[in-house]
Amino acid sequence: MQIYVCIKQVPDTAASITLRGPREFDEALKFVMNPFDEFAVEQALRVKEQTGAGEVVVVTVGRESAESVVRTALAMGADRGILVTADIRLLDSLATGRALYRAIAQDGSPDLIFTGKQSVDSEGMQIPYRLAAAFDMPIVNEVVSFLLANKTVSVEREIGSGMREVIDLALPCIIGATKGLNEPRYTRLPEIMKARSKELKKIDINQLGVAPAAGRLELMELFPEPERGRAMMLQGSVPEMILELTRLLTNKEQIL
Amino acid sequence: MKVGILVETASKQIKKTNLGVITAACQEGAHVLYALMFTGAAENHQEILQSHGVNNIVTISAAGADVDRSPELKARALIGAMKALDLDALLGISSSLGRDLLARIAAELDAPLALDCVGVDVAAGTVVKSQFSGKTLARFKLLGTPFICGLRPNVIPPIPYPVIAAIVPFQVAIEGSRRLQVRSLKKAAADEIDLTEAEIIISAGRPIGSAENFKILKDCAKELGAAVGASRAAVDSGFAPHAMQIGQTGKTVSPKLYIACGISGSVQHFAGMKGSKVIVAINTDPEAPIFSKSNYGIQGDLFAVVPALTEALKKQRSSESYP
Repeated sequence: MQIYVCIKQVPDTAASITLRGPREFDEALKFVMNPFDEFAVEQALRVKEQTGAGEVVVVTVGRESAESVVRTALAMGADRGILVTADIRLLDSLATGRALYRAIAQDGSPDLIFTGKQSVDSEGMQIPYRLAAAFDMPIVNEVVSFLLANKTVSVEREIGSGMREVIDLALPCIIGATKGLNEPRYTRLPEIMKARSKELKKIDINQLGVAPAAGRLELMELFPEPERGRAMMLQGSVPEMILELTRLLTNKEQIL
Repeated sequence: MKVGILVETASKQIKKTNLGVITAACQEGAHVLYALMFTGAAENHQEILQSHGVNNIVTISAAGADVDRSPELKARALIGAMKALDLDALLGISSSLGRDLLARIAAELDAPLALDCVGVDVAAGTVVKSQFSGKTLARFKLLGTPFICGLRPNVIPPIPYPVIAAIVPFQVAIEGSRRLQVRSLKKAAADEIDLTEAEIIISAGRPIGSAENFKILKDCAKELGAAVGASRAAVDSGFAPHAMQIGQTGKTVSPKLYIACGISGSVQHFAGMKGSKVIVAINTDPEAPIFSKSNYGIQGDLFAVVPALTEALKKQRSSESYP
């Protein structure tokens, strides 16, 4: 089974984002693998372990520094990596999707492609769909349960209100992973050391015929969300505070 | 411009959150609106749709394809309608269903797509959406037509704009396919209200202490008509399922009222709920970061405060019923 996993390097979720100019932010931050992509890598490794054969190839589009997240995936157990280098932080989903597609298509013939359900930085929420259209493969996103048997994939996806859809799809297909799918494994030092010598191929995005400027989402400006100030602290005993709260929510806010 | 609205229904009613999308698309009558839906009973929805500015209710039927079992085929049927009607834009709710269908359509059409938007200017083709999980906002221009946009639920209040809506049946022929099939629906948890579309949410952090203790939140939620959420700490401690997690690696919510009980207020948690209109924080620690960015704060133990709130709401309701 030839399995590809698309991952992305993003700012650490604990980091605060400081804007520097209309389209830039302070990049002196800790960068990590997009949290949802960890579930994708883990599931790919489990499928390889289950089938006992094949290869897990990790693919990313990013700056040179994105090599670190590919190495993390290699340390988790992926066989090799592809880094499509693009010297732009906020590349749009269309250009990213196209670059991922071309890098994978050029490399091999995928039976399964895993991605995270979305990135936590640009939050485009569409890469798995762009890949599916390019490869003409079925796709299910936001998957919390995955089962492969008899060349059929059966997944579950949460649709809100405590409901899940159970969906069957034929191979080859694309799966967008989310929290709940699995518990990603920790990497240990020997594996981190071993990952350093695993194959990592770098391709410039221009060599794939994808012009980074050819995106369709033009970033006009970044701006901070208006922050609310400090809470108005309610005073008195619990019954007094509750009375005041219900009064505020009913009369002032007109919610209750 | 000709603007399509992907209409979602729940319990045979147009979702309330959908009306805000229609208001966003309408721009006070500047555009011709087409509500796209898969129901035969369009008359039932005519009144509510035309009172909000919808000019055409397009009821799509796809002969030979089971669109209810395949979001892929459903997207294809919608694309058929968009092409036949020559729509310039398609708007929908950034709900679980909406995100999926809008992304399928955009990918198939190779069209620009922005999901989870908090604002849209249809005429200008610009959107405002969160970046870095709500830590900043960004304005984007969507280049090319048609462009596709999913709006975060509840961010745009519906405004009536009465017009007359025509019902337009639309038949589309699409090739059947069985490569992707919804086999069944399954109830995984007992929560009734969808978190992402809820108008009121009450959620708890690790101090809730156990899964059983969530009952005090559920009792309160029942009085409020609220959905129940949890912080990552509560989920990782095994007190609540992943589906209930609110925050950067959980759900992004935007209710009118968010009541955070025993949640300290990490950057990641705020990322998922800062779009709420009013935030009420209940915490024993007066220095908890949650108080620094909330509307109202109660310093107290959630086990004392939440049941007191439940009782107060019960009393308020009974005094309303028997004046």
